[in-house]
Amino acid sequence: MDNQLLKDAFERTRIVGAAVSDYPLTPDMSELDHHVVGIRNALADCGLSLRDVDGLIIASGGFGGLNPMGLAEYLGLRPTFVDGLSVGGSSFVYHAARAALAVGTGLCEVAVVAMGQTGKSGGRGMRGFGGGGPPPQGFGSFFWDSLAGVPLIGAYALAARRHMYEFGTTSEDLAEIAVAARYHASMNPKAQYRDPITVDDVLNSRWVAEPLHLLDCCVVSDGGGAYVVTTADRAKDLRKPAVQMLGYGERVGHAGIGQMPDFTQTAAADTGKVAFEMAGLKPGDIECGELYDSFTITVMLLLEDLGFCEKGEGGAFVREHLRVGGPLPINTDGGGLSAVHPGMRGMFLMTEAVRQIRGEGAPLAVAKEGGVDTCLVHGVGGQLSSHATLIVGKDG
Amino acid sequence: MGAPEGSDEFFDGARDGRLLIQRCVDCDDYQFYPRQVCVHCDSTNVEWVQASGRGTVHTFTVIHQQGMPGWRDETPFVAAVIDLEEGPRMTSNVIECAPTDVRIGASVEVTFVDEGPFVLPRFKLV
Repeated sequence: MDNQLLKDAFERTRIVGAAVSDYPLTPDMSELDHHVVGIRNALADCGLSLRDVDGLIIASGGFGGLNPMGLAEYLGLRPTFVDGLSVGGSSFVYHAARAALAVGTGLCEVAVVAMGQTGKSGGRGMRGFGGGGPPPQGFGSFFWDSLAGVPLIGAYALAARRHMYEFGTTSEDLAEIAVAARYHASMNPKAQYRDPITVDDVLNSRWVAEPLHLLDCCVVSDGGGAYVVTTADRAKDLRKPAVQMLGYGERVGHAGIGQMPDFTQTAAADTGKVAFEMAGLKPGDIECGELYDSFTITVMLLLEDLGFCEKGEGGAFVREHLRVGGPLPINTDGGGLSAVHPGMRGMFLMTEAVRQIRGEGAPLAVAKEGGVDTCLVHGVGGQLSSHATLIVGKDG
Repeated sequence: MGAPEGSDEFFDGARDGRLLIQRCVDCDDYQFYPRQVCVHCDSTNVEWVQASGRGTVHTFTVIHQQGMPGWRDETPFVAAVIDLEEGPRMTSNVIECAPTDVRIGASVEVTFVDEGPFVLPRFKLV
């Protein structure tokens, strides 16, 4: 695949600022508040102001909801580039490539990607998560799967069951992923749950959708954040060390779980391959991972599909890795499993990746003193449906 | 709440106790759910055919928490992806058995249940 245009765009652009708005429980903040605060915090992080912004990207809720046109107007912006791509929780990783292309081709000079959701306090944006409108609903497989009463967690449970059947993966293996996330959350003062847990705690938590227990599932939070992409030249004069994008791949594999071609292999197998090739790196070169952890099985599939271990060997892999100090620390804020998951977690993958490249933010887990040289971000949206892999590194 | 565009035949068939899926006249391959185009060869020449109603469990889950009206009181229930004999997969429920009896690879056959707005194909172990 010739992705020279994207390579050129990555060469010419940098992620220069990133910040969260707040999390995990913000009863006094709206989704708009999270967007505005996140944008202001991310701009302050790099020393830019709203007046510098000429590109705006959010996951659009359509004209009835928060959308890039409306938010731009609200902030007093007249952007020369907007995008509203919304493909679920992975959206904000997809947005990074779009921001780089927009800045790299001169459509705009300072692009801000923002996100905010009140999944806990607002009671919105979590449809199909055990709540929501009357069934059946949705387009395509979302409608057809709804006829069988499959909630979001059930969709991931279908994949988990098949993985267990094909590879002998156990509930204990999956639990290791939740335990590692909680370990990192214990160092994060903002994390929604911080008390350390054991494999037995996961196994003894109630079933939600077999074989997934309650502690195999992400938390339900409020939260938001933003990051800023500008030119490599402009990045030199800004407050904090810039982050360079090195490799990227995206793929939508299906929409609803019923149409997933292979229940034990996601489109991450394709996006990872493309991203690694573009970056000229291999899985062993990655020092830190921010891997979408909607459920423990999500991480298991990603570790295998991205090539960190062979297909079917995720169970053995997770017992020896994943924590700071180990070979591949992942989800260093405590992840969606313990720290924050407002419905679409992808923004926090991006803010964490920037934090780990810079090596800042203690007492939160820091994967390497002085910052890691490479971090792999992987977003998953829908029901293992939309995938985006972004590999980032230190500037230069 | 209506049926999606182009699916009336499916629901009419279910009401008559027939499981209908689509076959492409040009490439002879099958598909479910119904679409205007064949996902295998892009032909628009797709026709409805009656499936045998036999299949195997590809994967399943026992749902213990489901807040949607109409499902909340059904827990625990089995949601499953069925490999139909003709090839396509169908998300459905395995009913008339204990959830602990369901296994991946188990043989199932279709049965029809009146679920209010629709009569729907469900599956039971054979």
